[in-house]
Amino acid sequence: MNLKNLGIGLLSIFFAVSCGKSEKKSGSNGALNKSHAEQVYVAPGEHDDYYAFISGGYSGNLLVYGLPSGRMFKEIPVFSQFPTSGYGYSEETKAMLNTSHGFIPWGDLHHPDISQTDGVTDGRWVFVNENNTPRIARVDLETFETVEVIEVPNSAGNHSSSFVTENTEYVVAGTRFSVPFPQQDISIKDYKGKFKGALSFIKVDQETGAMDINFQLMMPGFNYDLSHPGRGQSHGWFFFTTYNTEEASTLLEVNASQNDKDFIAAVNWKKIEEYVANGGGEMMPAEYAHNTYDHHTHVGKSEMKKEVRIVNPSDVPGAVFFLPTPKSPHGCDISPDGQYIVGNGKLSANLTVHSFPKMIKAIENESFDGEAYGIPILNFDETLAGVVENPGLGPLHTEFDDKGNAYTTFFITSEVVKWELGSWEIKDRKPTYYSVGHLTIPGGNSRKPDGKYMFAMNKITKDRYLPVGPELEHSAQLYDISGDKMELISDFPTHGEPHYAAAIKADKVAPNSRKIYRLDENEHPYAVKNEGETKVVRDGKTVHVYMSTIRSHFNPDNIEGIKVGDKVYFHITNLEQDFDVPHGFAMIGQNNSELLIMPGQTKTTTWEPDRVGVWPFYCTDFCSALHQEMQGYIRVSPADSDIELSWSLGEE
Amino acid sequence: MKTASTIMIIGSALLLSLFIYPLWVVELEAPQYPDGLGMFIHLNGLQGFTEFDLQNIDGLNHYIGMQTLPKAHEMWEFSVFPIVVGGMAILGIIVGFLGFIGKISHNWFLYWLILMTVLGVLGMFDFNAWMTDYGSNLDPNAIIKVTEPDGTPFSYKPPLLGSRDILNFTAISYPGTGGIFLTIGMFLTFIAYLVGFKTNKK
Repeated sequence: MNLKNLGIGLLSIFFAVSCGKSEKKSGSNGALNKSHAEQVYVAPGEHDDYYAFISGGYSGNLLVYGLPSGRMFKEIPVFSQFPTSGYGYSEETKAMLNTSHGFIPWGDLHHPDISQTDGVTDGRWVFVNENNTPRIARVDLETFETVEVIEVPNSAGNHSSSFVTENTEYVVAGTRFSVPFPQQDISIKDYKGKFKGALSFIKVDQETGAMDINFQLMMPGFNYDLSHPGRGQSHGWFFFTTYNTEEASTLLEVNASQNDKDFIAAVNWKKIEEYVANGGGEMMPAEYAHNTYDHHTHVGKSEMKKEVRIVNPSDVPGAVFFLPTPKSPHGCDISPDGQYIVGNGKLSANLTVHSFPKMIKAIENESFDGEAYGIPILNFDETLAGVVENPGLGPLHTEFDDKGNAYTTFFITSEVVKWELGSWEIKDRKPTYYSVGHLTIPGGNSRKPDGKYMFAMNKITKDRYLPVGPELEHSAQLYDISGDKMELISDFPTHGEPHYAAAIKADKVAPNSRKIYRLDENEHPYAVKNEGETKVVRDGKTVHVYMSTIRSHFNPDNIEGIKVGDKVYFHITNLEQDFDVPHGFAMIGQNNSELLIMPGQTKTTTWEPDRVGVWPFYCTDFCSALHQEMQGYIRVSPADSDIELSWSLGEE
Repeated sequence: MKTASTIMIIGSALLLSLFIYPLWVVELEAPQYPDGLGMFIHLNGLQGFTEFDLQNIDGLNHYIGMQTLPKAHEMWEFSVFPIVVGGMAILGIIVGFLGFIGKISHNWFLYWLILMTVLGVLGMFDFNAWMTDYGSNLDPNAIIKVTEPDGTPFSYKPPLLGSRDILNFTAISYPGTGGIFLTIGMFLTFIAYLVGFKTNKK
């Protein structure tokens, strides 16, 4: 009955919106006519066709959206503390934010990429990179939680990351800000030659998804901006755009924009993998954290790794080449068949496209135009496939559809341009609002793109939504790309700053999504399996509360014998085994976040009572009709009190 | 008579399906349970639609002070019913076989059916009595106490057959696959009797 009312309510809102808009249809900004509204309208209770995993940028988190509706379903905490659930605050998850620099509460999440099998997205995991303190994380798509974070040593500005090879053999992380290698106390002016850019190839275990750095390719001190794997015919290669081949260390906006051409670095990782398998490279001291979360123990662990294998590119002849590419290329995008390598030269008037077969031929013919730090530079004309003439200003990123077309974003002219592979002809252009960065087509960087929708993620919002003061969320626009011309069909805000997104057909992911954690599989050391196991244990000034939750009470809910100066650990197990029945926990005066505990899960928070009295705690999640009654009291006595520890539930 | 006996054997053998399929189904519908919530009543115990349905029904029922759903060992019916149904099926097959080889008359088919019907009605009475107790014998300290307009306590008894609104839930009861096979089987034994009756007349 309520659902029905809600449905009618939403319907009438929808009609009100669409009517209002069609009256203003003369407006210039992509008027929303009824057929467009129908295209993005997902009726109440219906599901979207696609999941979109949109980067949260400086929020440090990953956002889950539905397409075509543009509705947000979840914010997955990855690199930032998240008091909503207790991620990064709870005893179990603090380890996930550990690094060689210690605990870091925040991160800058950039490029989500979905795991692939045979060059097609498979919906097992999403990999994301942290740009500031270089890390790669893996999000599990059964639980939609962060399950692994690995720090990347010898790197800074972890930006040309976290893209996967076509069978998820590797997730790759490149260095944007080259740094001295090994790190040392030298003058910044000594940049040239002393600074290096590490390209890290992180091996992914196909069973568990576990990550381990296989090798770091120690490249010249350029800025490795973005990257993508070869696929199909070019599988086994990885391509990285570079800028600042001038190797400037100051005023880069001028000094790194002088060379007429920078490079795309082509790396034959299969060759280097073989070299490493035969004992090549050198294990060097390093310090980097490897954090893992276990869904049976519900506990995260942090391990500090002590060495990493370094490979010098000149030691593996034939493995690394430079493709000259005009003017500080940003995006580095590979066509679905693996034939074309698009360099989005952001200061160039034209788009440069290299050909993989021509590159191989140029290598065989040794068509070199010199070398840089021992790495051969291929002749520009020998690798060039074609040029898209005057497409716009400030090209950043390209994705592909399933009909032989490419779609490139132009930051400065604020538009998406559709052009054809092979003929290099421009087919269409549509404005974005405003200054687009990345764009996403589901599967648009795989062998099998799904050419139905494309969405552009913008850097500037201005007047797109109701004003909310100076600080705005960013805007995204969704286009229907199934026809000859792109059609703007919807506009929705995104959270944080979306740098790239990965989208996938919902039926590859939805059936695997878990509803609960099984209590009989809970191996948390402080878990209780039933209310009979609840207890309170004192160990000096530390008190462990083994507490349970079930609708609508905590057990125990009265505790006496806690003293000022104690450190109390609340280990709370949610005994529910019903879908979508979480319980929350918060304690007055707690210098910590709340906990949100899923059915079958155990989480731990701490409280250090600082004054005498009787203090309440309560359930923060409206769990049931008697949620308001889900509360308890703790008596705090003076430090020298001799009141015995006691706990109870339901004793008057 | 051979046709009648064969139908008798098939009809009584159909009772054995109750060892695989549930006798009865009780389904609970509420907006918060879009996937449904409910239980299958088997001869030897209860089974939730999903693994945790029984636990979740108990969880909900604690608010209104209902007893928890019985485990197999907590009700004598769950050990006696399989013996009765199994015994009757074997008895029916034997009766059919004896009819087939001409040792007994078709009247025995009817005797079997009468006995089975009596046992079935007794079973229904027992089941109904249990549901009445389950739905009205409530914890006096129940969190939610509902009374009828005349002041008598509200009964949460699910219907024996059909649907009934119980607070936010609609409870729907109907025969399970096993229950349907049981009905068809008993109907077949009656057909067997009729066929036997006609054959004898000729």
